[in-house]
Amino acid sequence: MTPALTDTPATPRRTAQTGDIVARLVTLAFAASIILITFLLVWQLWSQSAPTRHKFGFAFLFTTTWDPVTEQFGALPFVYGTVITSVLALLISVPLGLGSAIFLSELAPARISNMLIFLIELLAAIPSVIYGLLALFTIVPLMRDYGEPFLKSTLGFLPWFKGPVYGFGLLTAGMVLSVMTVPFIISVSREALLAVPREQREAALALGATRWESTWQIVVPYAKLGILGSIFLGLARALGETMAVTMVIGNDPKIAASLFAPGYSIAAVIANEFSEATGRVYQSALIELGLVLFLITIIINGFARLMIVATTKKGSKR
Amino acid sequence: MKTWSLALAGLLLALTAPLATAQQINAAGATFPAVIYQKWFDEYHKMHADVQINYQSIGSGGGIAQLTAGTVEFGASDMPMTDEQISKLSVKPLHFPSVLGGVVPTYNIAGVTQDLKFTGETLSGIFLGAITKWNDPRLVKDNPGVKLPNADIQVVHRSDGSGTTFVWTDYLSKVSPDWKSKVGSNTSVNWPVGLGGKGNEGVAGTVKQTPNSIGYVELIYAVQNKMAYGSVKNASGAFVKADFNTVTEAAAAAAKNMPDDFRVSITNAAGRNAYPISTFTWLLIPSHIPDAAKAKTIKAFLQWMLTDGQKYAAGLSYASLPKEVIAKEVKQIAKIQ
Repeated sequence: MTPALTDTPATPRRTAQTGDIVARLVTLAFAASIILITFLLVWQLWSQSAPTRHKFGFAFLFTTTWDPVTEQFGALPFVYGTVITSVLALLISVPLGLGSAIFLSELAPARISNMLIFLIELLAAIPSVIYGLLALFTIVPLMRDYGEPFLKSTLGFLPWFKGPVYGFGLLTAGMVLSVMTVPFIISVSREALLAVPREQREAALALGATRWESTWQIVVPYAKLGILGSIFLGLARALGETMAVTMVIGNDPKIAASLFAPGYSIAAVIANEFSEATGRVYQSALIELGLVLFLITIIINGFARLMIVATTKKGSKR
Repeated sequence: MKTWSLALAGLLLALTAPLATAQQINAAGATFPAVIYQKWFDEYHKMHADVQINYQSIGSGGGIAQLTAGTVEFGASDMPMTDEQISKLSVKPLHFPSVLGGVVPTYNIAGVTQDLKFTGETLSGIFLGAITKWNDPRLVKDNPGVKLPNADIQVVHRSDGSGTTFVWTDYLSKVSPDWKSKVGSNTSVNWPVGLGGKGNEGVAGTVKQTPNSIGYVELIYAVQNKMAYGSVKNASGAFVKADFNTVTEAAAAAAKNMPDDFRVSITNAAGRNAYPISTFTWLLIPSHIPDAAKAKTIKAFLQWMLTDGQKYAAGLSYASLPKEVIAKEVKQIAKIQ
């Protein structure tokens, strides 16, 4: 009797354990495959870029000539274009996105909020080539005829707003990217703001805070991690965006101080030149650019991790 | 985008392969002649139901790479293979010109509706950044009666690697020693000035969007989109506007000195009516095809392409080969074993 009693609960426990082990192994295999894929990716980029890594060494990163005829390749103008357009995009989209997210989660009536969020998610789903076409036919002429001449006449004393105006260039590319990243920032930040417990808001209001004080000083800091996450998601999209950028950036691998000047981005040059790149060194140079883009992404992600760690520490001290 | 379409094509191939009993021949390469190649392979399949030729338009570079790797039966390219590229192949490839293309200067100048005239000197000057104004004396001299404005010239070029750029820069290298030493010719070059547009549509769009700009597009693209384009002075001193006849004329003029392997540039050709920025596009066929049945099929297809196939060219806006070249090519078919 007694052993039977102890046995009965033991049997389901044992099956549960084998189930656990199987689940554990299967999910572990899936997780390991991610590491394997990443490793293979880096290894491929690394081995295929061997000709240019050996030929140019680190100079590849710091030289500015991109000449397929004489096979002289330098990545700096592309790195510059990629970073500048992405930073420009965030300068515009972060305030816009965060402001919209606060409005949608804290202030807007539920019906309006739901309707707007539907539109925003629609924006996020539009293929980038469509953004590129819209930009080519609307933003480019608007920037050439109104936007850039206005900036030139008001802020023309700054080096960023000097020189001839084309409509195509770094500034226009940054603007298009900002439109493309803003839906991600709104959507993810709004989720993060909605996840803040009601008690936090109520407590702030009970202590005599105004609606805005409670939002800005209590709710937003509470949701900081999610908001930062949304920004880095947007940045990741901006760094890797290809079609929309290549249609408006001007595709000229030069480094100019002026934001009106045409530039070039890493993703754009790879997409443009890879299919007709016949020489071994030429192909290798484009693959090494891919490696550089990968490194930039890793550096920025690492930076994001550090920032998150730093801000959470501050939060726990409080 | 291209990898996607490749993946999709691969998937379709995998799905349909078990159903088809037909002889499958795979080819890949240049995008410029892709439209007529698809048409040819399609028409040929209608006549010979057991022959199916699949063509992937992945670019000339990709075509050469796949031919080198041995993943396709034959390749296609907008520029002849270099000696270095040929040396990597275990089987020597034969070049078969299939159709002809031309590249034309297109521009957008406020108040100018007439067709402009260009010379090698003015085109290279503009694209080098040496001629910066539309009312430059050199342009005014060639275009009497046209009111050219005192405006900065905005240059537009292709940003993607392209056979079109190869022909354009090959022509500029021939007519301008300056261009040859400073820039040279390739599918992509280090442009001294200008904005880059992706594809013919990118260049055309940028030119349309940018006042006082000049760019270059394929003749086919300009014809199909009814774009205005200028005429160019040829080697015998006449201003010639590109059309199918003047492009074919350029090939006919070059046919007299055609090398036996057909690897020849026909830019700046000498004929009276030859349009100077013209080019062949080539099929790259291995000189030895181990599968005897496939070898027979490919030879039969080439024979058809060079004769009956040529009549499809005009309808699809390609210039057809001159008969001198066709006669020479038919002889080359026998070299395939």
